[in-house]
Amino acid sequence: MMPSMMQRLLQSRGLAQIVALLVILAIDRAVSPQFFDLRMQDGRLFGSLIDVLNRVAPVALLALGMVLVIATRGIDLSVGAVMAIAGAIAASLADAHGLPLALAAALGAGLLCGLWNGFLVAVLGIQPIVATLILMVAGRGVAQLITEGRIVTFTAPDLVWLGNGAVLGVPTPVVVVLGMLVVTGAVVRGSALGLLIEATGGNARASELAGIGTRTMILAVYVWCGLCAALGGVIAAADIMGADANNAGLWLELDAILAVVIGGTSLFGGRFSLVLAMVGALIIQAMNTGILLSGYPPEFNLLVKAAVVLIVLLLQSPRFANAGAVLGRARQ
Amino acid sequence: MTSKALLAATALVAITLSLPATAAELTVGFSQIGSESGWRAAETSVSKSEAAKRKVTLKIADAQQKQENQIKAIRSFIAQGVDAIFLAPVVSSGWDAVLKEAKEAKIPVVLLDRDIDPSGKELYLTAVTSDSVHEGAVAGEWLAKTVAGKACNVVELQGTVGASVATNRKKGFDSVVAKNANLKVVRSQTGDFTRAKGKEVMESFIKAEGGGKNICAVYAHNDDMMVGAIQAMKEAGLKPGKDILTVSIDAVPDIFKAIAAGEANATVELTPNMAGPALDAIMAYKAKGTVPPKWIQTESKLYTAADDPQKIYDSKKGLGY
Repeated sequence: MMPSMMQRLLQSRGLAQIVALLVILAIDRAVSPQFFDLRMQDGRLFGSLIDVLNRVAPVALLALGMVLVIATRGIDLSVGAVMAIAGAIAASLADAHGLPLALAAALGAGLLCGLWNGFLVAVLGIQPIVATLILMVAGRGVAQLITEGRIVTFTAPDLVWLGNGAVLGVPTPVVVVLGMLVVTGAVVRGSALGLLIEATGGNARASELAGIGTRTMILAVYVWCGLCAALGGVIAAADIMGADANNAGLWLELDAILAVVIGGTSLFGGRFSLVLAMVGALIIQAMNTGILLSGYPPEFNLLVKAAVVLIVLLLQSPRFANAGAVLGRARQ
Repeated sequence: MTSKALLAATALVAITLSLPATAAELTVGFSQIGSESGWRAAETSVSKSEAAKRKVTLKIADAQQKQENQIKAIRSFIAQGVDAIFLAPVVSSGWDAVLKEAKEAKIPVVLLDRDIDPSGKELYLTAVTSDSVHEGAVAGEWLAKTVAGKACNVVELQGTVGASVATNRKKGFDSVVAKNANLKVVRSQTGDFTRAKGKEVMESFIKAEGGGKNICAVYAHNDDMMVGAIQAMKEAGLKPGKDILTVSIDAVPDIFKAIAAGEANATVELTPNMAGPALDAIMAYKAKGTVPPKWIQTESKLYTAADDPQKIYDSKKGLGY
């Protein structure tokens, strides 16, 4: 009875993603034998695996906010631009005013951006894809105005530490992501909030009638998404010790959406998983790092990526699993 | 009535104010692409200072990366009756109609930094551009000279896949590698011309090449990727500029800071001064009717630690890079 067992396994939540991640890591090990090698370098763990965890940080933070937005049946296209704004603000302020003010200003800007998106969606009732498109386009312009179109560099050691430092050998960005994951998880799963968000996404009108403040829910998830994006932007700027308004976070909103979708959260809202969205982000980054290590010509990068994403999504598709089961039965 | 009179008076004052002090002074309209990069901002500010140096009135129209805005700007320059038009074309095709209008109005057009499709060849006076194949070759020759026959494994950080600058800078460098058996490009990946990707790709190169021990030099298609790569090398405990040689292209201020600190070795300049040679060509054309060559190639100058990098950094950082 292999097929039905296969089918049940494939349909058990999260297994497809974890298997996909393990397979990709195994492929990474195959193309690059030193993939799992770890050593300490200047008080920081060093190795390809650490690169994957470190490089995934901005997208993981974006996905953390995005998954809640998508659970309400929304979408936030502006997160890449919000990253650019937050990075620009942090980089411009860090040297003169110190980290606390720079960080507060950058995260404050993220909150404001989220509030703006949430206002357009929840209060004015504009469709999320259109509402957030406005900030996606305008936000990068705002970031360019802040940096005057140049790359603003800084040397403030505490901000640099956010991107390049380590806590007990673990790179700071990884620690920040884990911290945010725990906080977000505690807030949405430690209370009924997660359930209310899922209800809002599942059926907004029914939820409203059931007494859920759907507007407040929607507003809150966009604000949280803006905050996560801003944090991602600060980390991306700290990583290169400069804010590059033209390129920071460019197209990362798509990677974040992809991470959420790979994590099994439907774009039609409802049930969501924070941890699986993180696994989704890791799948994307493990693949990116693997491509870089493989030595294939860069013309293949996007093709390989597309093929892997397709396979991962097919693995999750119930129809595909059913088709597999039918084929298996036919063979018997 | 009074308001009309006032308007007329204001217009008159405006005209008098904008009249050139001497008849020989020229007015040039410059349709700039927009603020796509630091280099572009530097080109705009250098164009202004070069025009001021020659007492030419330069009107700059920022197209915000849109061809339709550039076409509008050119039409408005024609309507204003400028003496010449400078165009930094955002794309290479679709210029024939508007350039024909300029030709009919007898206003010479000079292309800056980028060329257009051959069908428009007759429609402009000259193009002032850098030869990006040559830039790659200059970078390669520096490396060949520096390693002086010793075997050298090179890793390459390419620009955006499909961008003509990236293709050409690779081609130029490869032509030198082909002539020097001791040089070998062991890895080549795209860093999309950005610092963040330059750093990420270099991290992988270092891990894939025995912790960087097998790498003798890095060649990056632009300085920004190299700045990122330098950080990656430092984080891996390597000494960029010593353990691994670096050569990149563009000559943006931050690479001079790295050269001054001994963390980078060489850069090939893509000069932001395209307007200077263009203005000289236009002035000679207007004064004596000298027709310039169809292509004015700017110099691809190589800078190393021997060129007082700190001084160049100080002079460049105010340009808007």
